[in-house]
Amino acid sequence: MAEPVAVPDAVRRRRFPARFLLLPPVAALGLVFLHPLALVLWQSVSPNGGGHSFAAYTDVFAQAAFRDALRNTVLIAVGATAGALVLGFFLALVIAFVPFPGGKAIGRFIDIFLSFPSFLITLALLFVYGSTGMANGLWTGATGAARGPFDFLHTPWGVLLAEITYFTPFVMRPLLGAFSQLETAQLDVAASLGARAPRIVRQVVLPEALPSLAAGGSLVLVMCLNEFGIVLFTGAKGVTTLPVLVHSKAILDGDYTGACVVAVVNIALSLALYGLYRTLTTRMEGDRRARA
Amino acid sequence: MSTGIRFDGVTVTYGRTTVLDSFDLTVEPGEVMALLGPSGSGKTTALRALAGFVEPAAGRVHIGDRDVTALPPHRRGVGMVVQQYALFPHMKVDANVAFGLKARKAPRAEITARVAEALEMTGMAAYAKRYPRELSGGQQQRVAIARALAIRPGVLLLDEPLSALDARLRSGMLAELARLHRELPDITMLYVTHDQVEALTLADRIAVMDSARLQDCGTPRDLYRRPRTEFTASFIGTANLLPVTVTADGVRLAGTALDVPAGGAAVGAPATLCVRPHLVGLGEGPNALRGTVAEVQWRGATHRLCVDVEGHRVTADLPELPAPPPAGAEVTLHFAAHDAVLLPAGTHG
Repeated sequence: MAEPVAVPDAVRRRRFPARFLLLPPVAALGLVFLHPLALVLWQSVSPNGGGHSFAAYTDVFAQAAFRDALRNTVLIAVGATAGALVLGFFLALVIAFVPFPGGKAIGRFIDIFLSFPSFLITLALLFVYGSTGMANGLWTGATGAARGPFDFLHTPWGVLLAEITYFTPFVMRPLLGAFSQLETAQLDVAASLGARAPRIVRQVVLPEALPSLAAGGSLVLVMCLNEFGIVLFTGAKGVTTLPVLVHSKAILDGDYTGACVVAVVNIALSLALYGLYRTLTTRMEGDRRARA
Repeated sequence: MSTGIRFDGVTVTYGRTTVLDSFDLTVEPGEVMALLGPSGSGKTTALRALAGFVEPAAGRVHIGDRDVTALPPHRRGVGMVVQQYALFPHMKVDANVAFGLKARKAPRAEITARVAEALEMTGMAAYAKRYPRELSGGQQQRVAIARALAIRPGVLLLDEPLSALDARLRSGMLAELARLHRELPDITMLYVTHDQVEALTLADRIAVMDSARLQDCGTPRDLYRRPRTEFTASFIGTANLLPVTVTADGVRLAGTALDVPAGGAAVGAPATLCVRPHLVGLGEGPNALRGTVAEVQWRGATHRLCVDVEGHRVTADLPELPAPPPAGAEVTLHFAAHDAVLLPAGTHG
C-alpha cells in the first residue's frame, strides 16, 4: 500500500490564497462604513427634484452660513490644535522632567482622561465658568456684584477653551512616550556644557519630540475638525461649525442633500489633513530611523 | 589655569537611603583622580554631586576656590563625558562640539576655531559633517570628549566613559585619554570606573569606594602594594587574604609562625595578612607555608597554584612551570616579609 504523502505547507497555502482571508473583514468594512459613505456621496449629487447634478454643491458653497461654518471650523480647529500643542508640550515637559509628588499619578490620569466623552469637559467648564458657576460665584460673593466677569463660554473663545482642555491630553500621551525614550544623560551633558533650561528644551528636547508633536497635533486637528459634542453643549451663539451645520441642515431643515454636501466637504477636509499627517509622519519616521 | 576639586563631608540621600556618606576628597589641580568601586558604591553620585545634578543633604563641594554647592550645573564650568556618549542625534559632529560654546555665547570665529581644535585633538576632524549615527562607538566617544574639551573646562568628569566599548576599543581609548591628559595637563579629571585596569592605567591617584563611603585613597602603586583595607586589597588586583593572629612573638597563621612586620597591630588582635599571588614563590624560603595542591591552572605565561594551607586557600601565580605539581601533592610556598601587608580584620566593606 502506498504511503500517504504529506501536503507541503506551500501547496496548502496555494490552494487557499491568503487574499481570501481578507474577504470577510473587507465585506464587513464595506457594509458598515463604505456603503453609508457612498450613500452620503450619492445623496449629495441627487437633488430632491430627481436626477443627478452638482447643483447642491453650487447652492451650498454660495451660502454665507456654509462659508462661516467652514471658516469657524478651520479657525477653531487650528486654534485649538495650536493651544493643545503648546499646553500639552509644556505639561508633558513638567510631568516628564520635573520631579514632583504625584507626577506619576498625573501621568496615569492622562490615560483615563482620554476615555472621557468630550461633552463632559464642556459640562465641567460650565460648572466653573458658567454664569452661575464657581468662578462667578466667588466673584459675586467677594464683591457683592450682581454678575460675575466670566461670560465667554458661549462665544468662540468658550469653544476654543473647551477643545484645548479636552484635546491637550491627546498631545501629551505621545509626548510622554517620546520623553520617556529620551536619554536623560543628554540633558545632563547639555546642562554641564553651560546650557540653561530653555536652550535645552529648544535644542535637545524639542527636536526629539517633533515626530510625537506632529502625530499628536495632526490627530487633534482632525478630531477638532469633526468635533460636534463640545460645540453643541457650549451652545455658543453664532458659532456654527461644519458638523453642526450638517446636523442643522439634516435634522432641523430637512435638507438632506445640503447636509450631505457639507458632510462631503467635511470628509474631504479630514482626508486631506490625514494625508498630510501621513506624509509628515512617514517622512519624520524615515528621518528618525535613519538617525537610529 | 588649573582647578582643583574638594568634597567636604558630602552626604547624599534618596529618601531614607544614604547613597554617599560623609565623603571627603581633595583632587589637586591637574590631577587625574579615579573613583573606583563596585556598583552602588556611591562613585557616580559623588560625580553627579560635583556636576550639580544631585543636591547634597550635607557637606560642601568646591571647584577651585569656589563653593559650587548651590550653583546650578550650567554655572559650574565642568566638562562631562558619560558612558552612553549622549551625543545629540539630530546634530552633526561639529554642531555637537559647538553646543557648549554656543550656550556660552562664544563669538562665532572662536567657536569655529575651538571646534576645529577639539576635533583635531581627538582625531575626529575628518568626521565633522557626519551625524552621530554614522560613527562607531569609539568615534562617538571621541566626539563626546571633544564636545567636553571644546569649552576648555577646568574640570573634566568622566563617568564610566569606556564601559560601552569592546575590549579592543577600550584599550585604544584608554591610551587616547592618557595622551589627552599629557597634552592638557591643566585639566583636572575625575574618572569614575569599576574597572581597576582603567584606574591603574590612567589615574594619578585612586579613591576606592564601597557602601557609599570612601574606603581608601592613594597612588595606584601604593594601593596595590600597601592597601589599607581588605576591601582595597581584594578590589584592586587579586590578593591572598589570610586570617592571622598577632602575638608577642610575631604573627601566626594557625600553627605557622610568620616573619612579617606587625606594624601597629595590637597583640592578640585578629588581623588579615595580604600577599599578592605573584609575590608567592614555590619551594623553601622565608615565611614557608606547607600545604596540599588543590588545583593547578595553566594560564599561558604562568601557572596558578591553589594550595590549601592550614585550612586556608593560598593562590600563587608562578612563571610557567616545566613540571607543575599535580593536585594532591604536598608543596611549600613562601613569600618575602616586605611583600606582605598586615591589615585590620573586618575591613572588607
